[in-house]
Amino acid sequence: MGEIVCANVTKIWGVGTAREVEALQDVSISVRHGEFLVVIGPSGCGKSTLLMLLAGLEMPTGGAITYKGTPINGPDADRSLIFQQPSLFPWRSTIDNVAFGLQLRGIGKKERRRQADQFLRQVGLREFAHKHPHELSGGMQQRAAIARALCLGADVLLMDEPFAALDVQTRFHMQSFLLDIWQGSGKTVVFVTHHIDEAVYLADRVVIFTARPGRLLDSVSIDMARPRNVISPDFERYRALFVERLRSEVTKAFQEQELAEMLDTRIK
Amino acid sequence: MSASRAVPAPGVAPRATAPRLRQFAAAAVWWVLSIGIVVAIWEITAALGLINTIILPPPHKFVAEIQDQSQFLMPQPGVSAIPLHFAVFTAIGASLRRVLVGLVLGSLAALITGSLAFYLRIFRNLTFPTITMLAPIAPAAWIPLAILAFGMGDGAAIFVVFVGIYFTLTLATLNNMNNVDQVYVNTARVLGASRRQIMWLVVFPAILPNLFVVLRMNFFAAWMGVLAAEMVGVRTGLGAVVVMGRQMMNMNLTFLGMAIIGLVGYLLDVGLGLLQKRVLWWRSAARV
Repeated sequence: MGEIVCANVTKIWGVGTAREVEALQDVSISVRHGEFLVVIGPSGCGKSTLLMLLAGLEMPTGGAITYKGTPINGPDADRSLIFQQPSLFPWRSTIDNVAFGLQLRGIGKKERRRQADQFLRQVGLREFAHKHPHELSGGMQQRAAIARALCLGADVLLMDEPFAALDVQTRFHMQSFLLDIWQGSGKTVVFVTHHIDEAVYLADRVVIFTARPGRLLDSVSIDMARPRNVISPDFERYRALFVERLRSEVTKAFQEQELAEMLDTRIK
Repeated sequence: MSASRAVPAPGVAPRATAPRLRQFAAAAVWWVLSIGIVVAIWEITAALGLINTIILPPPHKFVAEIQDQSQFLMPQPGVSAIPLHFAVFTAIGASLRRVLVGLVLGSLAALITGSLAFYLRIFRNLTFPTITMLAPIAPAAWIPLAILAFGMGDGAAIFVVFVGIYFTLTLATLNNMNNVDQVYVNTARVLGASRRQIMWLVVFPAILPNLFVVLRMNFFAAWMGVLAAEMVGVRTGLGAVVVMGRQMMNMNLTFLGMAIIGLVGYLLDVGLGLLQKRVLWWRSAARV
């Protein structure tokens, strides 16, 4: 039995309006406790929608999602969502950003700063505790956002292309950083990306989504020891597999988009 | 060797402040030049007898008028000069008090109305058409109503500032609340924030810098509203001093009043600008 179970989940945005969009269709996934699951798929396939549902920020239109056996009916600090965009509050210093969740729980300033300080140390940002987000690099900001989630003891990290806005070197660095945090922690990670190398490097298991509406196309376990060598034949084999599976879906997504644009211009 | 090492260390602090000081000095030079040229032309044409110095007294004359303190108290009947009391401050103080009280009351009321409209759709639908209609009315246009309703005192002047700020800022509050970056709200929700916590810890801090910009832009209209109110009805303050000068055919006093109005308005704007930079700095930082 999985820790997070999606059963026949469907999500339609804007139900009953002219802009009705089916983002997810009949998706069933089970995520094991402590698993590192990576979701890949063409853009607009509902990957982010899935994370919104898992976080409890949105409710599914059909189907059911359970976490540890109980239905998800709202956000919970146990399942923390980390966004692609910078999400640190610009008016708070790094340490007060990390301590934000503790403040919500009514923990006093001194105590929450003491706790936040430990997590800042874990993510290597201790010297930046009293800097503000605009004084931090993109990678540092994401590390602070991760510390903010860890600070509340989140068991599940939901990550929506968290490293997509970073340059290649920083991205590599952040990937190993994330694995360091995750390994041996018993935390479950659901990580969305469109980057195949990232998926093969990080995942215990990769699920592939189809073009819109997003359906589950395939689920592949990565049987490679960690840390993974990105230039090994095994890595190459997985990469080729995913490229091949994704190519036809990406083409489909493109065609659909072009068709939509064509129709749009006709109507105008 | 020791000499080359010793140089950079003490050099750090002055190096950081030197360009700032130079910038400030350059700005000051341009200010002095700009105003100096106007004053010089004025003084020269007056000295040559090219302009009527009764209507346009040269600056050195009307600035000297500041020593004649009792006339600042003339507008308000029954007030007598207190010995060793610099009466010009009484006039400045009266105008400042009105504008600041009006600003604070108007801002608070606008924040409350805007927040209510943000949370209660019925309230928004009921009030916003009216507020949108009233917002474009210039503060000065409210003066006749203000004087009838509040009489010739602080109340009328404060009311003029209040309406000058309140409607625009209410619209801006709702607009900015609707446009708070959703990622901040979602982040707070994911971390377990209640609606109230989101309001106080996310929405308010996110919109305050923008609202302050709106406030600053509307400040001048409010400042002018107070002065206009003081000219036509409220009988104390800088506006009344200007009108008093005309009524006594003492243009020295009128020009002195105008000069003080310009200076005080400018200093207030500088003050608001500094406040923005020091306390509500994150707007510009967030956009980088």
